[in-house]
Amino acid sequence: MPTSPSEPQESFDLAVIGAGPAGLAAAVTAAELGLRCALLDAGPRPGGQYYRHPAPGLKAAHPEKLHHGWGIFTGLSARLKRQTDLGRLTYLTEHQVWTAETGEGWRLHATTGPGGSGGTAVVPAAAVLLATGAYERQLPFPGWTLPGVVTAGGAQAMLKAGLVLPGKRIVVAGSGPLLLAAASSLVSAGASVPAVVEATDYLGYARGVTTLAANPAKLVEGAEHGAKLLRHGVRLRRSSAVVQAHGTDRVTGVTIAKLDRQWRPVPGTERYLACDAVAIGHGLVPQIELATELGAETVELGDGTVGLRVDAELRTSLPGLWAAGETCGVGGADLAVAEGELAARVIAGREVPGGLRARQRRRRAFAGLMAAAHRPGPGWPEWLTPETDVCRCEEVSVAKIREAVDDLGAGDARTVKLLTRAGMGWCQGRMCGAAVACLAGGGAPRADSRPLAGPVRLGDLAAVPADDPTY
Amino acid sequence: MSGARQTPASLVGARPEAAHIIEFDGREIPALPGQSIAAALWAADILAWRTTRVEGRPRGAFCGIGACYDCLATVNGRPNQRTCLLPAQPGDTVTTQEGHGRADLAI
Repeated sequence: MPTSPSEPQESFDLAVIGAGPAGLAAAVTAAELGLRCALLDAGPRPGGQYYRHPAPGLKAAHPEKLHHGWGIFTGLSARLKRQTDLGRLTYLTEHQVWTAETGEGWRLHATTGPGGSGGTAVVPAAAVLLATGAYERQLPFPGWTLPGVVTAGGAQAMLKAGLVLPGKRIVVAGSGPLLLAAASSLVSAGASVPAVVEATDYLGYARGVTTLAANPAKLVEGAEHGAKLLRHGVRLRRSSAVVQAHGTDRVTGVTIAKLDRQWRPVPGTERYLACDAVAIGHGLVPQIELATELGAETVELGDGTVGLRVDAELRTSLPGLWAAGETCGVGGADLAVAEGELAARVIAGREVPGGLRARQRRRRAFAGLMAAAHRPGPGWPEWLTPETDVCRCEEVSVAKIREAVDDLGAGDARTVKLLTRAGMGWCQGRMCGAAVACLAGGGAPRADSRPLAGPVRLGDLAAVPADDPTY
Repeated sequence: MSGARQTPASLVGARPEAAHIIEFDGREIPALPGQSIAAALWAADILAWRTTRVEGRPRGAFCGIGACYDCLATVNGRPNQRTCLLPAQPGDTVTTQEGHGRADLAI
């Protein structure tokens, strides 16, 4: 790709950021409807995190064994290939967008190549669709920084792409439907999973019987995972949490405990489980900083995270910016595909079929039910000890954060960050943000704010031309 | 179930091209074509390849998708490389990253 920022660039009708389920569906639909479309993604292959799959050199004959709904992905991939072959769609792999500018249209700035080693690119477009997905929410616990403790999505990702496991006996813990999917993949791939430890009691789903009934595919998916776990003798422990990981150089076991309705550990219910890895996660956080930096309006979601506010046609509050899939609230691949297609049709000025709109609404309702059912209870900090690191990058302990709040008067996450450096390290608070905000007690959750959505070298920043009066 | 235990490779019917060799702290580690450096290290039962700046604690891959930066290592002399994103290339030299990983910049 000619990607020097000083070179003239063709302008696209639509630039889609993210080649996961939502972005793929949007890009191929838009291209098929005649829009000149660019699809940018940080990864080397399409699929995003959900449809992550082995590298070609691994010659996997049956990648579908690690996936749900693989046929949908192969269908989207075939359409992607057709549209790129026809020259209607420009697919820019290994393009990590780190900021977006808006004025007379949009300019997306990206680093290129593996790990950003290939230089920079600027992609101009009349409209942008944000399909950047999500990353996992983590709640810390004593021992969670030990090697062998990995995120549930990370265990999935490393298995799907690299065909590797972090251990042989893996406790899966946290909250949310990803746990069942991860445990199901891990046992299929030969790991033993002594328990799936889920913090909620699942009773939250009972409040949405009609929503459940309207989404039979989601029920079937859950039942399939459940049946596989039963077959492999995996114990589902509800209303429970890992309250400590043990080990010195790597994890050797965990202590789990029952939780009350507020997610407080119930004394006397502790139980030790031997394991050599832990896969942990508490749902997903929409990855929306490219939009929030520009002032896009957000909305608090049922699980306590923040997503982009969109209208029924998936327009954000910023002119020319659309969003689809997890950026509007986490709801799974099928919803993401529906929203990608819906947004593309709106952007292309076409009618949205009633069936598509109905499917999107049903799945969105299910997403809301799911979010509320797995919202963390307020009592989870009771499983922390003063020594527990909350911020992994800057090694900021619970004691230091409590000192900032109790003794130094910090009342929100931002002040805690300034006083303790929590969230100022490499990951920019992606791993500790939810926990720090909770410990700071600053009220309603706020959207993450990061001026740059990815790491950029100073040389690359210096190379951005500053002489364009339009921006 | 009977027979040999399932592995990730057997599950998906993988028949990978021949492994190549990368070096990790002077040790030879096989890597399959397309595997990330982090995946090759996991396959060799290595879970930690970095120490933290303050406490010197061991860390390795945590999020697996490039978001957490716990998997940083020095690769071919370049510090702070996210090994979960970098495909292992034949002959790569990976060394445990100590602390901030920028000792080469010290004056």
